[in-house]
Amino acid sequence: MIQAIVFFPLIGALIAGLLGRTIGHRTSEFITTGLLIVSAVLSWIVFVGFWFPAEAAAEAEGHATVMRVEVMRWITSGELDLRWILRVDTLTAIMLVVVTTVSSLVHVYSIGYMHEDPHRSRFFAYLSLFTFAMLMLVTADNFLQMFFGWEGVGLASYLLIGFWYTRPSANAAAMKAFVVNRVGDFGFALGIFGAFLILGHLDFDGAFHALPDYADTTFRFLSWDLHAMTVICLLLFMGAMGKSAQFLLHTWLPDAMEGPTPVSALIHAATMVTAGVFMVARLSPMFELSSVAMTVVLVIGAITAFFAATVGLVQNDIKRVIAYSTCSQLGYMFVALGAGAYSAGVFHLFTHAFFKALLFLGAGSVIHAMHHEQDMRNMGGLRKKIPITYWMMIIGTLALTGVGIPGLPLGFAGFFSKDSIIEAAYALNTQAGLLAFWMLVVAALFTSFYSWRLIHLTFHGSPRDAQHAATGPHPDPAHAAAETHHEPIDDDNADDHGHAHHHGSAYDNAHESPNVMLVPLYVLAVGAVLAGVVFYESFFGHAEHVVHFFAGSLVVDGELIDAAHHVPLWVKWSATFAMIIGFVTAWYMYIYRPQVPGRIAASNPGLYKFLLNKWYFDELYDRIFVRPTLAAGRALWRWFDDWLIDQSLVEGLGARVKDVTNRVVRLQSGYLYHYAFAMLIGIAALLTWAIAAGGLL
Amino acid sequence: MNISDAILSIITFLPLAGAALLLFVPARDEAGANTVRWIALVVTSITFVLSLWLWAMFDPANPGFQFVENHEWIGSSIGYRMGVDGISVLFVVLTAFLMPAVVVSSWGVTERVREYMLVFLVLETLMLGVFATLDLAMFYVFFEGSLIPMFLIIGIWGGKRRIQASYKFFFYTFVGSVLMLLGIMYMYWQAGTLDIRALLAFSFAPEAQFWLWIAFFASFAVKMPMWPFHRWLPEAHVEAPTAGSVILAAILLKLGGYGFIRFSLAMFPDASLTFQPFVFTLSVAAIIITSVIALVQTDIKKLIAYSSVAHMGFVTMGIFAGNVMGVQGAVFQMLSHGIVSAALFLSVGVIYDRMHTREIAAYGGLVERMPRYAFVFMVFTMANVGLPGTSGFVGEFLTMIAVFQVNTWAAFFAAFGVILSAAYALWLYRRVIYGALTKDSLKGILDLDRREIAVMVPLVLLTILFGFYPAPILDATAASIDLLVTNFANATGAVAPVAVAAH
Repeated sequence: MIQAIVFFPLIGALIAGLLGRTIGHRTSEFITTGLLIVSAVLSWIVFVGFWFPAEAAAEAEGHATVMRVEVMRWITSGELDLRWILRVDTLTAIMLVVVTTVSSLVHVYSIGYMHEDPHRSRFFAYLSLFTFAMLMLVTADNFLQMFFGWEGVGLASYLLIGFWYTRPSANAAAMKAFVVNRVGDFGFALGIFGAFLILGHLDFDGAFHALPDYADTTFRFLSWDLHAMTVICLLLFMGAMGKSAQFLLHTWLPDAMEGPTPVSALIHAATMVTAGVFMVARLSPMFELSSVAMTVVLVIGAITAFFAATVGLVQNDIKRVIAYSTCSQLGYMFVALGAGAYSAGVFHLFTHAFFKALLFLGAGSVIHAMHHEQDMRNMGGLRKKIPITYWMMIIGTLALTGVGIPGLPLGFAGFFSKDSIIEAAYALNTQAGLLAFWMLVVAALFTSFYSWRLIHLTFHGSPRDAQHAATGPHPDPAHAAAETHHEPIDDDNADDHGHAHHHGSAYDNAHESPNVMLVPLYVLAVGAVLAGVVFYESFFGHAEHVVHFFAGSLVVDGELIDAAHHVPLWVKWSATFAMIIGFVTAWYMYIYRPQVPGRIAASNPGLYKFLLNKWYFDELYDRIFVRPTLAAGRALWRWFDDWLIDQSLVEGLGARVKDVTNRVVRLQSGYLYHYAFAMLIGIAALLTWAIAAGGLL
Repeated sequence: MNISDAILSIITFLPLAGAALLLFVPARDEAGANTVRWIALVVTSITFVLSLWLWAMFDPANPGFQFVENHEWIGSSIGYRMGVDGISVLFVVLTAFLMPAVVVSSWGVTERVREYMLVFLVLETLMLGVFATLDLAMFYVFFEGSLIPMFLIIGIWGGKRRIQASYKFFFYTFVGSVLMLLGIMYMYWQAGTLDIRALLAFSFAPEAQFWLWIAFFASFAVKMPMWPFHRWLPEAHVEAPTAGSVILAAILLKLGGYGFIRFSLAMFPDASLTFQPFVFTLSVAAIIITSVIALVQTDIKKLIAYSSVAHMGFVTMGIFAGNVMGVQGAVFQMLSHGIVSAALFLSVGVIYDRMHTREIAAYGGLVERMPRYAFVFMVFTMANVGLPGTSGFVGEFLTMIAVFQVNTWAAFFAAFGVILSAAYALWLYRRVIYGALTKDSLKGILDLDRREIAVMVPLVLLTILFGFYPAPILDATAASIDLLVTNFANATGAVAPVAVAAH
């Protein structure tokens, strides 16, 4: 069954990819989507088995229940014996459900969204290939198989971001995503090497069993003697930072929105970007041994949550707002991990997958309706045109902003998981924990603000597309404000792939999406409403239930969970207050007094530009990494290779050698003969030597 | 006499016999040229089948030399000796495997077809000889002799600056080979024989090892090529015809790596340990510096040539790590690079044949007209990047994890190759394959034809197969490398990994 879950998507990818042109687009779509739905159903069966373990009574609490299926050998060399093994425990089962569910819904949705694209079978092949790689990642039984999945999803992401290959911006974004991820993988790889050096195993069980013996080991890394687990965990975390777009390695994620919107929903919201969270949760026994590494995870997560939320406040592209929101929510998850509340991080990963995929697919529906317009400044008033999409987006927003009543089991999915994290950060009761707590609360306020801003700009108010804007007064102040400044950001990134231009305005022609696109939204909406309340008890309820549910697949700190449940009342309400403030502010600025944002932007041009240009990270990295590397390459090539080695040394010396050989040998007939001659002399000398020394003469 | 007793001689000299046969084929007209091509194809294919048979008969559990032939010539000191162990057997297979592909890919050559095929067949014998011989004198003849056909290939069928390129080729290898010859003489003086098996059992004095190591290093480092002795390679690649580049990158570079394992590491273990930091430094420099240089290339072939130097950096690093994973990783990396670099140069040849330019700027948007080509090129680009699931990953991973056990600095810097290779390879792919097809000259370009597909498909399959299931290679090499590493450890008394402090 596990094999079927993992390999059906691969089979689909191969069929659609290699035979797509023979069997036709329609067949490719049905085959890949059908196989994924089967895979998703099987995943739920597996998951339910873990949720209600049949023989649970017989098993000791916290005892690991793991299924393992060996597929074949991989790398065997020296002490290294790596195999392809599919491993399923509770953590994996959760990921299986998330990945296959969202993936199959995205497959279905794409049938509608991509129906005009001439390369549909290639698109579905990539989607299925991605799903396969992601499933290999989450079912990995050793570090290296995880690395395989890790790089495999990176490849699929690269191919999908650059799917519309005629666009230079898409190609640039695809490459950027791959290379920035590779920076993270640099650390991941070194972390794997270190783990093998210290622990002597690369399979998870073997490595974790060896852990107690090496808890305080130091080893010589580079030129310093350092605490082994700290070094290894930090290196591994670098990989997680790349894949999950954490602060400093986040720059690829917003650009990745160049890909088709279903891709953004699947890869850059629900699944791939959460791989880093999964990795840290999977390796929680190792991270537990290093308080330094844990603090770093916590702080980086908190900074990301805050930073991305600030940038999200001012973005105008509907997809980029959601992208920064994703980045920010990933920060929340890492705060949970860094606090030691791994289950809370995984909980947020689980709920986030539903509501963020819902938001992205909803945004895709808006973009589809607006004929590939993505700029919110050209939208407005769409509520009447696409009411179903509107209500789905509202559900997604309610879930994202965490609407619910603290203390009661009432609320949307995000409410339960986000509040768990905020409470855990407070309950940690350290300085870093408090810092994270406050940053998360502020981020929650921002989240609420930009989410409602998105809703207001897109669905409320009056239409602002080209025709309507020309007749009426300019209703969007942010637009006017933005136009007064020079914008290095590229605004020309609409999902435009040969869509025929309709007559009349985009608003007038806006249409509700077909059912094939709406049904996935309904399913995700159910998840966005219920995923929190149904699963809260298992993920972050009573400590013993959590321990029981996870059954040793990650570290559960019962005391921390208890402490999180007993934080002061104001802490429990803090996120909800923040959410309400954000909501009211957004209402005030975009509905009640729509000229306010423009005035604020105009009076703080520096801050506005700073946020609009994402804290200038792209420009900074270009200056300090990209350009110097290229300059160094040119210098090393032209100066060192060509001038010093080639012209000065070799040709200079060579000229001398040539003079000598010409004079002595007087062979004018080309270098080949010089060479052959030299070699013959050599062999003759050798033979003479051998004969003489061997006494044969 | 059983055929398996002489199988190595048959494999090695069959191409030479084919070359002799070509001398009697008149190739004045097209029909004659076709006869020549078919003869070359049949001869190389038979050689390949025989090499597969050799691999099938090879006993991977036996760490010693197999299929040994030993005929004394000058006393016991120099003789006709053949034999393969786990280290060399797969290089024989690789060479024999690539030759038919090279012949097929050269089907379009019209200038002096007979001489062309003849030179390639002679070259095949010489390359096979290097891997199959067990006598140091013969090794020297094969090793140096293999350069002569390569000279001819570049000099006759090469590009505009072919004379300069062959001159450089000459200069670099000349210095190295003279030193190696001196080293070989000294070894004979010491050990009284040039039988490689006897030399492997002989222990040279540590001071002697020091100088011998340098002498051999001079030759092998140029051949690999290691930084900073690499400058001849981009030049030679650029000037060589496609088939020449394929053989150069896939096989000739591996002669150096094979020499390092067989001689430097196995015969001069103390010196190898002494020079370990030196080799690591050069390897890491190769990985980083040549990758950075590859980033700014404007010529497709030069870019791939520089990336070859970077990949060979992993090989030298792995070899001198001196542990099982390192040497196995190095051998694997060489075999994998043999497949992948051959495929990359063949891929460049495909578009060069159509457009007659290697300038990256002349291309763009090829995927529009050449989807099959785009797919094939993507697979090899990813293998070049070292993506897990392709053969390129296994070697890089094994060498890096092995070096990490010995020297974390070296592994740390080598890991930068992971980032840089992605940058230059994808940047190349983006400029050649992606983008809009706007250049008029490209609008009529055709996708891979059947002949090209026949060459590419086996390479694609092997690249992916060995990425997921490298066991055939790792199993075949394990026993011999275990023995080699054990001897190395015993000789140097050093197994010490990085010191792990007490708990």
